[in-house]
Amino acid sequence: MYEILKNEVLGSNIYLFEVKAARIAAKAEAGQFVIIRLHETAERIPLTIADYSREKGTITIIFQAVGASTRELAEYKAGQKILDLVGPLGVPSEIEKYGTVVCIGGGVGIAPIYPIARALKEAGNKVISIIGARSRDLLFWKEKMAAVSDELLIATDDGSEGRKGFVTDVLKDLLEKEKIERVWAIGPMVMMKAVANTTRPFAVKTIVSLNPIMVDGTGMCGACRVAVGKETKFACVDGPEFDGHEVDFDLAMKRLAIFKDEEQRILAKGQCGGGCGCH
Amino acid sequence: MSLRKSRIEMPAQDPKERVKNFKEVALGYTSEMAREEASRCLNCKNPLCKKGCPVEVDIPEFISALKEDDPARAAKILKNKNNLPAICGRVCPQENQCEMHCILGKKGEPVAIGRLERFVADWEREQGIPDPEKVETINKKVAIIGSGPAGLTAAADLAKFGYQVTIFEALHVPGGVLMYGIPEFRLPKEVVQQEINYIKKLGVDIQVNFVVGKTATIADLLEEGYDAVFIGTGAGLPNFMNIPGENLSGIYSANEFLTRTNLMKAYLFPQYATPIKIGKKVAVIGAGNVAMDAARTALRLGAEESYIVYRRSAEEMPARHEEVEHAREEGVQFLFLTSPVAYKGDEKGYVKVMTCQKFALAEPDESGRRKPVAIPGSEFDMEVDTVVVAIGQGPNPLVPRTTPGLILTKKGNIQADEETGATSLSNVFAGGDIVTGAATVILAMGAGKKAARAIHRYLQGIEK
Ligand SMILES: Cc1cc2nc3c(=O)[nH]c(=O)nc-3n(C[C@H](O)[C@H](O)[C@H](O)COP(=O)(O)OP(=O)(O)OC[C@H]3O[C@@H](n4cnc5c(N)ncnc54)[C@H](O)[C@@H]3O)c2cc1C
Ligand SMILES: Cc1cc2nc3c(=O)[nH]c(=O)nc-3n(C[C@H](O)[C@H](O)[C@H](O)COP(=O)(O)OP(=O)(O)OC[C@H]3O[C@@H](n4cnc5c(N)ncnc54)[C@H](O)[C@@H]3O)c2cc1C
Ligand code: SF4
Ligand code: FES
Repeated sequence: MYEILKNEVLGSNIYLFEVKAARIAAKAEAGQFVIIRLHETAERIPLTIADYSREKGTITIIFQAVGASTRELAEYKAGQKILDLVGPLGVPSEIEKYGTVVCIGGGVGIAPIYPIARALKEAGNKVISIIGARSRDLLFWKEKMAAVSDELLIATDDGSEGRKGFVTDVLKDLLEKEKIERVWAIGPMVMMKAVANTTRPFAVKTIVSLNPIMVDGTGMCGACRVAVGKETKFACVDGPEFDGHEVDFDLAMKRLAIFKDEEQRILAKGQCGGGCGCH
Repeated sequence: MSLRKSRIEMPAQDPKERVKNFKEVALGYTSEMAREEASRCLNCKNPLCKKGCPVEVDIPEFISALKEDDPARAAKILKNKNNLPAICGRVCPQENQCEMHCILGKKGEPVAIGRLERFVADWEREQGIPDPEKVETINKKVAIIGSGPAGLTAAADLAKFGYQVTIFEALHVPGGVLMYGIPEFRLPKEVVQQEINYIKKLGVDIQVNFVVGKTATIADLLEEGYDAVFIGTGAGLPNFMNIPGENLSGIYSANEFLTRTNLMKAYLFPQYATPIKIGKKVAVIGAGNVAMDAARTALRLGAEESYIVYRRSAEEMPARHEEVEHAREEGVQFLFLTSPVAYKGDEKGYVKVMTCQKFALAEPDESGRRKPVAIPGSEFDMEVDTVVVAIGQGPNPLVPRTTPGLILTKKGNIQADEETGATSLSNVFAGGDIVTGAATVILAMGAGKKAARAIHRYLQGIEK
């Protein structure tokens, strides 16, 4: 059992949890994730390690309550316990001194981009970060991002904060005026696809973090398979980060929707699968 | 007394009924049936059956106890060598092991050793399994990686020697394939957990949610004070065919299909939150035990038609005869000499059509195996809405990749001595599917047993 130490609301429907998990905190690196199972009848869901403290033995997860499982998680309070938590899973980000790098976080993707930006900054890179969301109430961690970036740029679809438009508009301007060595982009599939399309003509290597449906997270089931170049990869053990110019995003988006009908069914049944005892 | 040539049949759920539920198919002997079957045993002086048992169960001895109507003693004899009898009695291919050697098999049917084993274990479970006797503890620690039959057996035997044993398991429950792979209707999960409880009572500590190679490496564990390590991580990496369209929605590996259903209980969705999507027409590629399990599971999940699609013919099917029979009775259909070459989907990316090719079998080669040869121009389309790929599993690289100095075979399995499980690292042993490639429960248990002895010798300083 893993105790929740802190439950904070970051924005509309966006939550931050700090969880006691000393073993995971001791090993966690930027780019890695955990899988949680809330209780006996719950499903296993992957969430990125947005931050960790080796000293306190804690990890931070940030999530958007989009469906049955994440809405149920959102109901959990500090002091309550999560039944299962396993990690750190996946291959850590390739952190080196590249020169000037751009880190892009869209929506809840701001959370996973933060430890990467921090690690890149610590490695001596010039870090330009771009964060974006539909509107300002979905933006969070501006100060934290600013603290690990040489420059922080903001874009919102509705213009309620920063530049009105998409993160790709900001990115395009940057690419035109500055020599960028590498780009990291994490966010919704459509955003990552757009970023990869934006950088392709500039031939700037672009790393994206894929979030396919997963079950075990150890390479055992193949639910998480994605097409990268000519190969099929398992995102949980070969990724989750891949070269965005090689990823088949259209396939990845279709695979994310496999269980759309079932997701609707379980939502219709109530907030969660029942049997959780939370209501 | 005249000897019965044939064994006592074991009652089973009616095929028409059982295909609608996940309850156990085979129902087990009653005490009368068990006693009668036991009475067929000749109690041979030189019991051939015993030679066929990878964990050396004292077969005639336990059967004699049954004959004398003393199931408690039978259980004790059985447990002395086999830590997981209720499991073995259900899933072991006895027809290739003990029962194949039984002397009665020469003229009639061999003693139904497996069914008797199951009877004894079930009888004991119903009575309440007595706690194991306490042993003197040895102040040395052993780490076991993976809680499948190999890891569980090694852990139990080492605990019986007196060592402090911890199992590290990646998933949220122990049991390996017994929990996530083999379906409820063949091996109830309650039975598995009870056997595991017994192993816990021996003093074994089980840490779930612990991926060795990620949460900690073998080097970390040794540094934390473990004196020896046993690797029993199984063959958990699903193979795909790498043909066009294989990543379409609705195409699962057998591991995913069975894990969702067994481990995550998707058949109870939405009471259990993990979903599974089942189509009307399901094709399972392959014809091993895993494929039979998937095809039978598909029917229980509500598929109207479930096909086994296999490149060779009925004779070459690697699945146990009994499993094939059960599948047939339940209505699974077989497409032999056929293999998919491509899949096509609809605009949303769900599989709709499987293009297959027909095969013919060539004359037997030197090894005696008849190779399937594709027949040119024989392609045809078959409508499907779910496909399960069950063409085998390979070794998971997580542990090897993070353990420098561990020597692997060409296929990526861990190189280990067959008799001791010794690897290229002096304090690291390995056994089960991670060494042999996908095999059987009992072979994994045998390997765990041998490794436990070798680890004992190693830790006693007798060797090295
Ligand atoms: C490696 C990895 C890291 C992740 N990290 C985070 C994280 O840090 N924070 C976070 O909020 N989410 C993260 N996700 C996504 C998260 O796992 C899913 O949002 C969650 O499983 C949805 O479960 P649900 O039952 O609440 O929603 P569902 O009912 O399953 O889905 C609701 C809606 O969300 C969509 N959806 C489902 N799964 C995903 C997904 N993986 N990505 C995007 N949309 C999805 C569905 O199509 C549907 O429209 C990560 C996924 C992966 C694979
Ligand atoms: C569907 C199916 C049906 C089968 N039916 C039969 C049958 O009827 N009869 C029979 O005899 N055999 C059967 N088999 C084969 C049999 O189950 C296996 O041969 C046997 O389970 C192998 O045991 P094992 O202990 O080597 O590995 P496994 O049972 O595979 O267990 C390995 C365990 O290690 C864990 N693990 C892996 N990597 C790590 C890591 N890095 N850190 C921590 N833990 C890890 C896994 O999660 C797993 O729990 C079947 C197999 C399948 C898949
Ligand atoms: S070989 Fe057959 S008859 Fe002889 S002891 Fe074994 S089970 Fe009994
Ligand atoms: S989640 Fe099962 S293999 Fe990746």
